[in-house]
Amino acid sequence: MIRKATGWLAVALAALLSAACHPDRDVRPADEEVPGTVVPGNFPAPVYTPPIATTPASFALGRQLFYDARLSRDGSVSCGSCHQQFAAFAHAGHTLSHGIDGRLGTRNAPALQNLRWGRSFMWDGGVSNLEIIPLAPINNPLEMDETLENVLRKLNADAGYRQRFAAVYGEGPINAQQFLRALAQFTAALTSANSRYDHYARGEAGGTLTTDELRGLALVRQRCSGCHATDLFTDETYRNNGLNRTFAADSGRVHITGRPAERGLFKVPSLRNVALTAPYMHDGRFQTLAEVLAHYDHGVQDSPTLDAQLRQPGGRLGIPLTAQEQADIQAFLLTLTDHDFINDKRLAERQ
Amino acid sequence: MKFPKLTTLLFSLATASLLFASCDDDEDQPATGSVDLEFENVVGNQALTLNASTYYTTEAGDQFKVSKFNYFISNVKLTKSNGTTWAEPESYHLVKQAEENTHSFTLKDVPTGDYTQLTFTIGVDSTRNVSGAQTGALAQNNDMYWSWSSGYIFLKMEGSSPQAANPGNLPNGGPLQFHIGGFRKPNNTVQTVSPSLPASTALKVRGTVTPQVHLKADLNKMFAGPNTVRFATLAGTGHSSDPNSVKISQNYAAGMFRIDHIHAD
Repeated sequence: MIRKATGWLAVALAALLSAACHPDRDVRPADEEVPGTVVPGNFPAPVYTPPIATTPASFALGRQLFYDARLSRDGSVSCGSCHQQFAAFAHAGHTLSHGIDGRLGTRNAPALQNLRWGRSFMWDGGVSNLEIIPLAPINNPLEMDETLENVLRKLNADAGYRQRFAAVYGEGPINAQQFLRALAQFTAALTSANSRYDHYARGEAGGTLTTDELRGLALVRQRCSGCHATDLFTDETYRNNGLNRTFAADSGRVHITGRPAERGLFKVPSLRNVALTAPYMHDGRFQTLAEVLAHYDHGVQDSPTLDAQLRQPGGRLGIPLTAQEQADIQAFLLTLTDHDFINDKRLAERQ
Repeated sequence: MKFPKLTTLLFSLATASLLFASCDDDEDQPATGSVDLEFENVVGNQALTLNASTYYTTEAGDQFKVSKFNYFISNVKLTKSNGTTWAEPESYHLVKQAEENTHSFTLKDVPTGDYTQLTFTIGVDSTRNVSGAQTGALAQNNDMYWSWSSGYIFLKMEGSSPQAANPGNLPNGGPLQFHIGGFRKPNNTVQTVSPSLPASTALKVRGTVTPQVHLKADLNKMFAGPNTVRFATLAGTGHSSDPNSVKISQNYAAGMFRIDHIHAD
């Protein structure tokens, strides 16, 4: 007890000292040395909790792996290649992304944010656990075209990695579980919860919304929150939003589940940072938010699995939105841009 | 001649019961023992040899060779005649034909007694399919995992057959590639079986000896049983949401695993 108290005293003294020496430095509690460890006040409880508590060392190791192109077969593509921080870890300006040898993928790279709250991942929900996400791009011949076995061989041949893994996970060769959990230390930390809307929602300073934005917020709550629910702005479900009549090119969720009723269903993406993550939809078909809103107003195509919320009484499809309503919604969506998140140096590649 | 023996027996029984009575929790009569499970892969009545020079023949008459045969045995349970069940904790085992040391494993700390039923899952339960990064048999780099539709490949058989489509003109016929997995309805291939013990045999678990349960896994039963498979029409299954995978899993659940014999000591 006494020793503990002395320890705390030392910490407190150190904090005082550092505050005194660097009066301009933001003094954070210890658990905020790594990002994403605090559950934002306006978020539900997370689904995923890292099996080991995130420390600066475990977080830095995950970050190093995220930006390491050796995860790909020929060392040309890293996770960060197609998931760029300035685009909320989506791939800016890319309808589809290229993997090694310039091979083109088949789906739009999604933003990586608030993954801790996800129940399943990818446009079709094929990946059921946050720790398993990296296997899909690593194994995909159009993306990194590499095997987990080879990645482990490369990491184990690197004395620096061996040392960093040993420091966090104990001595011994780096194994598959350690590698996947190490990457998850970074991806789980990618928390976006400091947009202007968040400050508004939590009643914090800087949380002022304009009249247009408030009208947009009301419209989103009324017309969009059936899918883009909670302050995560997604209900984590799979839905057919009327992009196609047959889904011959990409059948979506049915490819994973084998259930015919899930043909053409894709993951409801979050609206967070949506202004940064163009182009939109699983195939990146829409370049602007205006095109997306126009689709919901008058572009929805019918098929047997079309989401019931896109069928209006009287048979009209979609969500009718006047030009003014579309403009208000767009104004609100811009308040979901989280500048802290995209500028957080802790999430950036180390040179 | 008979009398002294009987006397000895009675005497030792009496001593044993005395010992029992006097030291209930003693180390002399351990409360648990071990059981070895051995898996011998066969094709009909032949031993399984990978990349053999001659063809095997399915029950329906198709010829084939085998280059790979792996499967998961998990959630092993032993049941006594009174219904008491013991379940092996963290029970995940991967049998690979190419790796001799994976053909057997030992169940440890099994409560002593006479067991009348062995039960196990061919594959991996749905929970562990969605539980994130794993170690041991379940490590994601054991050549038994799908990444794009994440989950385990429960059973993997690869080879070739002259009856299979052979666009590449391969010398041993077209490729066979059966990767069975999937844990979601309607294409759930998780199968749990209880192959019966040889007639009037109990699996006697004692502290002093380790009985060996010798199982034979007949690869031919993948292609026979409730759903006959002909390689001309089905030479492979590739992903988790596949009705053909379910059919093959029904086949191997129906008859692949047989307890051949039990070595009592």
